[in-house]
Amino acid sequence: MEQTSSHSIEHRDDTASKLGMWLFIFTEILLFGGLFIVYSVYRYKYPVAFHLANQELNRSVGLVNTIILLISSMTVAMSVSAIQQGKKKLTITLLAITIFLALLFLVNKYFEWGIKFQHGLYPGSSILHELSHGDILFFGLYFFMTGLHALHIIIGMTLLAVILAKVKNERINSGDFVLLENGGLYWHLVDLIWIFLFPLFYLIH
Amino acid sequence: MSADHKSPRLPGYLEYQGKHKGLLAWILSTDHKRIGLLYFYCMSTLALAGVVLGLLMKLELIAPGQTIMTAQSYNGLFTLHGLTMIFLFVIPGLIAVYGNFMLPIMIGARDVAFPKINLLSWYLYLLGALIVLASQFLGDGPPDTGWTFYAPYSLQTHTNVLAAVTGAFILGFSSILTGLNFVVTMHQMRAPGMGFFRMPLFGWALYGTAWIQLLATPVVGITFLMVVAERVLHIGFFDPTLGGDPILYQHLFWIYSHPAVYIMILPAMGAITEIIITFSNRIVFGYKAIALSSLAIAFVGYFVWGHHMFTSGMSDTARWAFSLLTFLVAIPSAIKVFNWTATLYKGSIDLQPPFWWAMAFIFVFMIGGFSGLVLGAIATDVHVQDTAFVVAHFHYIVFGGTGFAFFGALHYWYPKMFGKVYNRRRANIGLLIFFIGFNLLYFPMFILGLMGMPRRYFDYLPEFHAWNIVSTAGSWILATGLIFIITNLLKARKGTSEEIDNPWNGRTLEWQIQSPPPPENFKEIPVITKGPYERHNTVA
Repeated sequence: MEQTSSHSIEHRDDTASKLGMWLFIFTEILLFGGLFIVYSVYRYKYPVAFHLANQELNRSVGLVNTIILLISSMTVAMSVSAIQQGKKKLTITLLAITIFLALLFLVNKYFEWGIKFQHGLYPGSSILHELSHGDILFFGLYFFMTGLHALHIIIGMTLLAVILAKVKNERINSGDFVLLENGGLYWHLVDLIWIFLFPLFYLIH
Repeated sequence: MSADHKSPRLPGYLEYQGKHKGLLAWILSTDHKRIGLLYFYCMSTLALAGVVLGLLMKLELIAPGQTIMTAQSYNGLFTLHGLTMIFLFVIPGLIAVYGNFMLPIMIGARDVAFPKINLLSWYLYLLGALIVLASQFLGDGPPDTGWTFYAPYSLQTHTNVLAAVTGAFILGFSSILTGLNFVVTMHQMRAPGMGFFRMPLFGWALYGTAWIQLLATPVVGITFLMVVAERVLHIGFFDPTLGGDPILYQHLFWIYSHPAVYIMILPAMGAITEIIITFSNRIVFGYKAIALSSLAIAFVGYFVWGHHMFTSGMSDTARWAFSLLTFLVAIPSAIKVFNWTATLYKGSIDLQPPFWWAMAFIFVFMIGGFSGLVLGAIATDVHVQDTAFVVAHFHYIVFGGTGFAFFGALHYWYPKMFGKVYNRRRANIGLLIFFIGFNLLYFPMFILGLMGMPRRYFDYLPEFHAWNIVSTAGSWILATGLIFIITNLLKARKGTSEEIDNPWNGRTLEWQIQSPPPPENFKEIPVITKGPYERHNTVA
């Protein structure tokens, strides 16, 4: 029963919304935290294999993707400032840029993964299973963690697209923009996780 | 109190008509009370199914050798019993039913902070439950791993582990969203004047619980995802043939699943606290101690997971550290018990059914707690590891603790939830039968465990026969008591409504409004000027 509409139980409370988002971000960090534990255990167990396997990854693509995400984090933060100043058009443009950059990230990722697949370096492949345990786990973790991260990118893109539509029809405006702020927070989280994934997989010495 | 000044009664949340009619009025409702009841009906059904599975297991164990089922059926049965009882009943248990129903009222709010997300949690619960149940019928047979899904067996068995693990993952999501909702609710929605230390203690218990739900569940979520990935993609996280480490699975699993025990027991302790205070008719002893001990249990509970793995392969240092930390959890738990008894002292005790449930809770919970110390000490644990002793301890805590508290809370809040009264004498008789059956069922398992009977087998050596007969007979008495209790409550549900806004002379806010409460609970949000257990001003 839509009691909310007839009784307006769900009154607006921006602090509550933001608090809720922060708590949700904690849970996301702990979700990846479990994977970081697994990563640390196996890196400790197979240091040499992890070092050698990491040279298979393309650092330039990783670096480009890092820069892309950092810029996207900036544009989404700018969109929040823009909506606060009531600049609707600018907000939409900045959100569109953010979504475009996210897409670019995924395209890069697609080609990166594609090359690994060509080389037979994917979980369950017979080529990989002939390599050492450390290699198997490195690439297993690589695909699982970047895959889960890519899934978060897709969720973030969807969220930002919904937000963009709401800015367009003024459901989000200079007086009520908590959803945009929360979308931005989520996007920063996605960015932050990548900031940890990048050195752990691409920059091992 | 509302009983004194006759304000016109509003339609209660049960019959209130909104935009939708019939079933839709329930499954689309964002009213926290309706959602609470949705959970209640789903859980009761599933828990009863779990009881039937348990009875079948006990029947199999009435004699050595194959009695009524094969070994494989028994494995499937104890797995499903565990999955149902743990993930579908006791983890959401008191939180989703009484937390949803009572928490907003107790803190003087009209609803939780995010009513729509609250409804979403219920749908996720339903989806997860359906997937877990579907695992019984799809694929290559029911999962046979036990509810813990230990690697590497869970990666190797041909049974349908995939569906069960996926279902558990979704249930975790539901649990996280409920926890998130409750934390925000308690931070943002308390009535004016209600500081944190004027919140009823059930609220404090839920607060500690909600943080565990938030901070521990994601870890098991990712662990289950890894098991899914292992089974589908053969990544090797926990598979020794690919370089993985099965012990790591155990660590990750218990990092959540030990705190999960506190998800089960903390709200139970909270409900028992409310009952004891109400029926002692006096101010609670040690309000702050009880409130903070909830947080202490939640906090220390994070660091004791290793005591599930004393024999799995850990360094000695890790073992004694985990053992020490385990003993530390006993302190805040004991603080609660001592404060409860101190509250009773010089109270004007009203011997009503909920109070008897609370007493039964303390009795069985103490046995469960002390046997927990036997398991927390490394030397004795090594002796009784994987025996029936562990099963007995676990059921004394989770069934005797959470299960008894669930029934106690039901008898306590029943008049509030439904606006009806049950037959108190029958409620007491039911409890007595139930209590005797419970102890006959589980206490022999302590003895069997000490004698060396291993758990999780459908068969046993002849020397264990006598105590197993006692235990199985106990399960029948328990079932009789359960039927007695349920019939009594169902009969009351069909009975006539009465104006029983405050049958127990309760002092927390939920007793100051009408039964059953109207949608939105309060005409006007109350202004709180006193502690939660002092006599309140009139609430409109």
